[in-house]
Amino acid sequence: MSTLLFENVRLLDPSAELDQPGRLLVRNGVIEATDKAGAEGKPEDAQIIDGHGAVLCPGLVDMRVEIGEPGHEYRETIASAARAASAGGITTIAVLPTCEPAIDNPALVRLLRGRGEETGAISILPYGALTKGCKGQELAEIGLLNEAGAVAFTDGARAIDPARLMRQALTYASGFNAMVVQHPEEPSLAGSGCATAGELATRMGLPGIPTVAEAIMIARDIRLAELTGGRLHFGHVSTGEGVELIRQAKARGVPVTCDTAPHYIDLNENAIGDFRTYAKFSPPLRSEADRLAVCAGLADGTIDAIASDHLPRDADDKRLPFAQAATGGTGMVTLLGVTLGRVHDGTLTLAQAIALLTHKPAGLLRSKAGTLAKGAAADLCLFAPERSWLVEAGSLPGRAQNTPFDGRALEGKVLGTWKAGRAVYGATAA
Amino acid sequence: MPSFPGRHTQHLLGLQGMTPDQIEPLLDLAESYALLNRSRKVSRDVLRGRTLINLFFEDSTRTRTSFELAGKRLGADVINMSVAQSSVNKGETLLDTAATLNAMQADLLVVRHAQSGAPALLAQKVEACVVNAGDGTHEHPTQALLDALTIRRHCGHLAGLTVAICGDVAHSRVARSDIHLLTTMGSRVRVVGPPTLVPNALRHLGVEVFHTMEEGLKDVDVVIMLRLQRERMSAGLIPSAREYFRFYGLDNRRLALAKPNALVMHPGPMNRGVEIDSQVADSDQSVIQEQVEMGVAVRMAVLDRLTRSRHSA
Repeated sequence: MSTLLFENVRLLDPSAELDQPGRLLVRNGVIEATDKAGAEGKPEDAQIIDGHGAVLCPGLVDMRVEIGEPGHEYRETIASAARAASAGGITTIAVLPTCEPAIDNPALVRLLRGRGEETGAISILPYGALTKGCKGQELAEIGLLNEAGAVAFTDGARAIDPARLMRQALTYASGFNAMVVQHPEEPSLAGSGCATAGELATRMGLPGIPTVAEAIMIARDIRLAELTGGRLHFGHVSTGEGVELIRQAKARGVPVTCDTAPHYIDLNENAIGDFRTYAKFSPPLRSEADRLAVCAGLADGTIDAIASDHLPRDADDKRLPFAQAATGGTGMVTLLGVTLGRVHDGTLTLAQAIALLTHKPAGLLRSKAGTLAKGAAADLCLFAPERSWLVEAGSLPGRAQNTPFDGRALEGKVLGTWKAGRAVYGATAA
Repeated sequence: MPSFPGRHTQHLLGLQGMTPDQIEPLLDLAESYALLNRSRKVSRDVLRGRTLINLFFEDSTRTRTSFELAGKRLGADVINMSVAQSSVNKGETLLDTAATLNAMQADLLVVRHAQSGAPALLAQKVEACVVNAGDGTHEHPTQALLDALTIRRHCGHLAGLTVAICGDVAHSRVARSDIHLLTTMGSRVRVVGPPTLVPNALRHLGVEVFHTMEEGLKDVDVVIMLRLQRERMSAGLIPSAREYFRFYGLDNRRLALAKPNALVMHPGPMNRGVEIDSQVADSDQSVIQEQVEMGVAVRMAVLDRLTRSRHSA
């Protein structure tokens, strides 16, 4: 295989507290060395890539992605998801088990891993279903799924409802040291709601979900994590109260972690004005105060990762009256650009932002990805933090075009993505 | 009137955001249609050659009939489509329906739908002027306009009046449109009912919230009663109809707390003995029948205005 030398780049690897101008050498798909700028000497056979001062960081690790395959290929296939990931600088994705059939048996876990490898562009880390069929009734075969390579266990955007079931899940999973991922929303309070309860929902005549639905579920499950000692993670946390409960639990030493998604740190509920279904999410977009509180949770380390929450939908799923329209947005292509918005406004440092997108989620999933360490696979993302680009629904890489950021100029552009040393996106990609 | 950016066609999708100088002339025009209706001197040339389609995804006899009559009095060709039992049940989407209607070259589309925002979605895709005839729990603008016209005819003005809207405000599109219109025109609006149906969040709409009829009705000029849907009881928001009537029904005793000769209104159809006592509904203070009459006049005014704006654009 080839030898690659990245020159004139800003090396950024928060896992090693590395942030300096330098060079990076890749041989046979593996990172062989990094050195400081100005170092002399280059291997004869190396292909030189001049970064022109752009940032070279580990390929991003996106810990919450739904793909339509298997079951809903019209929304997104693994191949189209790989194109979206590559365009977003993402080289590793954790895929939710809520496809059809649900990922509740070991063969499907192996299938998904293999299908990821076939793309040559992404590693797929499958979540295992927490309950059979993700139906919320009986526990799935957590041990066998874990053995087959499931990285954590969840029913996706369906909350584990009965407290007894959650207690059993945390207790049983702890025997395999496996992480349980909860959708933080008390289902009976959420009901058929489709917006955050409050003035806007009242004006629009939409059934509301009180923000306390999140806090109630988080408070309950933190108590269950304390009771059982199980590893608990909350996906897409979106309220200040939820973040505060997790902050307090962490301070007490409870084994609890969480992530949030770009739309919760960039948009507030006003995005659904005029019944804009492309901004319909579950949990729903929140007030500006909640958005700011979530940003504060990122800044102080309470929130462990930013995941795209990529949820492909086609136009027919979205062009419906608001309450009937599907939730979710495509998110991989815009993950880095939206996240960097919080760097440009001073909420996060660049190193913090990249940590939330690389080694921190990788650590939660026990993955070796997300680092520029010598010997690591050369999964790389080259980006210009200040270069802007326009999000245009209809021309995003990948099949799903349901972005809530249509028409937005994002600052932070991916210039190239490499998977195990092979260019998969950018000017040098084959 | 509110319209979608980039389009010349105007629609009436809701009253939120409308200004007094948009509302007042509409009420004036409606008033003149009310007089012409009584003297039977309406010109059928106003909408001659225009096609009005009543597109009702939800059953409604009153509103549909009222729009039908309004269209016919102005000379339009009126077609009623009750979609509740037609193609939507066969999987046709709202936007397929819109494409079909475009092909029929309708000029005016009157839409009733159980989902909030459905007329707004249609308005983005059809070439006709869309009139919202009630969408989910969002708005019912022509009902609010006819309420305002009825009040104005009796009180002479809207500014400075105190109006109590009583009952299931949380699920009422009529209440939302009434609140937007009346507060815009300078009335003081109270909402009255049990906390499950009159949540405190309604304060954001610029109204005062009351949870007892005795406080809420004190010294008001107008009482608007809302219909209580049976499903509120099955949803556990109200224990029973008799308990509701006991605490929130309008009877003579409670009406006496309002100003003498206060108006009693109801968008219909009434549940006698649930939200309103028959004695009150049929009393001299009740203007419920006049509301129906003003409904036709208001709808004539709306159809007239929208058609004119469409052809002057």
